[in-house]
Amino acid sequence: MNWLINIGAHTLERIATVGRASHMLFAAIIAKPQPLKLIPLTIKQIYVVGVQSLLIVVVSGLFIGMVMALQGYTILVGYGAEGSLGPMVALSLLRELGPVVTALLFAGRAGSALTAEIGLMKATEQLSSLEMMAVDPLRRVIAPRLWAGIISMPMLALIFSAVGILGGHLVGVDWLGVDAGSYWSIMQSTVDWDKDVLNGIIKSIVFAFVITWIATFKGYDSVPTSEGISKATTETVVFSSLAVLGLDFILTALMFGIE
Amino acid sequence: MKSRKAELLVGVFVVLTIAAGLMLALKVVNQSMSNSSDTYTLYAKFDNIGGLKPRSAVKVGGVTVGRVDSITLDNEYFTPIVAMSISTEFDQFPETSSVSILTSGLLGEQYVGLQPGFSIEGIENMAQGDYIEDTKSALVLEDLIGQFLFSSGDD
Repeated sequence: MNWLINIGAHTLERIATVGRASHMLFAAIIAKPQPLKLIPLTIKQIYVVGVQSLLIVVVSGLFIGMVMALQGYTILVGYGAEGSLGPMVALSLLRELGPVVTALLFAGRAGSALTAEIGLMKATEQLSSLEMMAVDPLRRVIAPRLWAGIISMPMLALIFSAVGILGGHLVGVDWLGVDAGSYWSIMQSTVDWDKDVLNGIIKSIVFAFVITWIATFKGYDSVPTSEGISKATTETVVFSSLAVLGLDFILTALMFGIE
Repeated sequence: MKSRKAELLVGVFVVLTIAAGLMLALKVVNQSMSNSSDTYTLYAKFDNIGGLKPRSAVKVGGVTVGRVDSITLDNEYFTPIVAMSISTEFDQFPETSSVSILTSGLLGEQYVGLQPGFSIEGIENMAQGDYIEDTKSALVLEDLIGQFLFSSGDD
């Protein structure tokens, strides 16, 4: 009988968590927005989550583009098709690697920091003090962070793809000697704005939403002890990475699966 | 002062994103003419279109003047009909023009080559909905090899 009770309690707990997460999202974003107060706070948070993630995103983008050009070249040159290096690098960056790798980096770099920050605010009772002063912590603390994440990550993904394509150019054209004209022109004739670039941006917006939601909720819902914060931070990275990879498959199937 | 610095760096971030977006828009994506609304449609019947696909280029002497819109099959004669949208910038092709399906490079993608015909009095320019009569089908490599083997087997 005990195990049945366990299953029931577990299920109820899960459903309650989903409810709390949705309530937090609703109260922070949808209910009574105050743009005048929100915008300066959001800009500050874009600096924290976006600008400070710029270095890791640019460096990874550059190296992933370079590695893809190197790997692609060694395979394509066997067919005499090294001119197709451009579209290969551009398409894989714009459709997949740009949104996904940026999302994973973002979850590790910014998501974990968000969770830890909010969790510590809760543990040191800053959130309670805000409430005592009649300031809604959901709108003062959570909302700007959510918006900042949702705005910054697609921007980072766009920069990632652009830098990656330049990195591919660096290795493919400047080092391995692929013709620069064919690198760009075959890329241009293959890549489509709506189908490739826009779908990549849509993907990264979805990922950004999921990651920042998980990160802020895990912090807001954490057990206010040092152990609890450590657990919440780990869960943020694990859950949001898994969510990104799972969602990526679904989105790819919807966007590119059936022609 | 701290806040000013943050705002400045966010500004730099936004400018970087716009630069990345512009680079993608201008250097990576094809500026297809499907977006510019002024096109007219020409049709051509081929015996065999090989690997031609919708969105393949239509070129005159190497210059892209339009794109393949759609490829359908004529239900009566079972020949493919290729609809091409040509930019209205290029609306001076006489009726005597011919089209052929060509390949860029040995294994490259296929495109429609438009060969403008002679233009004398009494020959009108092609307009929306016209059929191009003079067409040459795609060269299918397998057929060519088959013919070659067959003819060399005779000797």
